[in-house]
Amino acid sequence: MEFLSLSDLKEVLKVKQERKDLAKCIAGGTNFVPDMRSREVSFEQIIDLTALEELNHIKEENGTLSIGALTSISDIASSPVIGKLSPVLSRAAGQLGNPLTRNRATIGGNLANASPAADMAPPLLALDAEIHMERWEQEERKIPIDQFFLGPNKTMLEDDEIITRITFTSPKNPTKGSHFKLGLRNSMAISVVSIAVMLEMNGSECRKARVGLGAVAPKPVRAYRAEKILEGKELDETLIEQCAAIVKEDISPISDIRASAEYRKLVASTLLKRTLREALEGREK
Amino acid sequence: MEIKLNGELRKVDVSPWETLLEVLRNKLGATEVKNGCSKGDCGACAVILDERPVNSCLTLALQANGKEVVTLKGIGTEEKLHPLQKCFIEGGAIQCGFCTAGHIVSAKALLDKNPRPTRDEIREAISGNLCRCTGYKKIVEAIEGAALEA
Repeated sequence: MEFLSLSDLKEVLKVKQERKDLAKCIAGGTNFVPDMRSREVSFEQIIDLTALEELNHIKEENGTLSIGALTSISDIASSPVIGKLSPVLSRAAGQLGNPLTRNRATIGGNLANASPAADMAPPLLALDAEIHMERWEQEERKIPIDQFFLGPNKTMLEDDEIITRITFTSPKNPTKGSHFKLGLRNSMAISVVSIAVMLEMNGSECRKARVGLGAVAPKPVRAYRAEKILEGKELDETLIEQCAAIVKEDISPISDIRASAEYRKLVASTLLKRTLREALEGREK
Repeated sequence: MEIKLNGELRKVDVSPWETLLEVLRNKLGATEVKNGCSKGDCGACAVILDERPVNSCLTLALQANGKEVVTLKGIGTEEKLHPLQKCFIEGGAIQCGFCTAGHIVSAKALLDKNPRPTRDEIREAISGNLCRCTGYKKIVEAIEGAALEA
């Protein structure tokens, strides 16, 4: 096996184009290393991406936030720009793994690994984020995050592509948001259910609603039906109860070591009510 | 590869699949770095990599090439203990001792960034370090004490 540490994106893309899946990219390694060591591997090269400085950035331009794929989760959690534009994302980042893993784990790695419980997915789904990908000698392509995940550890990312950055536009209307991660403990927890909601408001009317959910389906999902119930309406308790009832149809959880499917449905419904109320109270943007 | 280990430049031959933890312990003699779970759950293998505390079991050794690594032994010496080490010993914040190195590494990284942390900030900073003897209270108190002394 060969180890390549490349600091030029073009070189990385060239190797990926030539070797496809035989050259495997590593970022922070928090998923890669345990995975590599627990099963037989088929790749021949490891490309270390951590020296790609151009993909380690948090930039705001005209209301659009761009986060480089190699940005560490701890940098996202502590970024004043993200704290101001999307506290929901800051909060979710601050709850991923523990301080030691957050210093290594990257946002691109968290998405590319595509765990159904990926902690960065629910807030980015609620923010309508777009995933930018590049391949050798081609224009970057971007796809909305709700189309990016295909199933457990499966994404739209082709074997000659890498994620370069994640972008989202901060809403022009007043927006309320909330996030909650339920784990079996406070630190180093894999979500039992995690949820992020964003509500674009016009007075008490909800113009746009986004609900992102983790660990309740084979991939991170949006609660489309619940969103539809909220949009264009004055938000009240009756509506919140309706959403909580219907969200169970938007999800298809499994039973595993952490929780049963029935429990996850119940809890997703309760957490949706809680986060909607929290968002409306305006505790967080 | 070449790393600066506790201030000293070290050269070592490694394989692409070797973790920083394995190279530190097996090839560089840094057995103060402990191997607990090998998958990032326990924090016993914590080291400071370019000023940030990380799990050395989740980092490939070659990813640390050219970087600076600080382990427990780079924090103080037997003759001149770091306030953290002194407070851990005096406050009885060590039971079996296996998690101690990781806790002190996490605490050192915290104090470097935030010399007067609150109790909550301390608890957060060591939330990636497991103590199976569950001696957390004294560990938190020792870090508080060291913050006052440093």
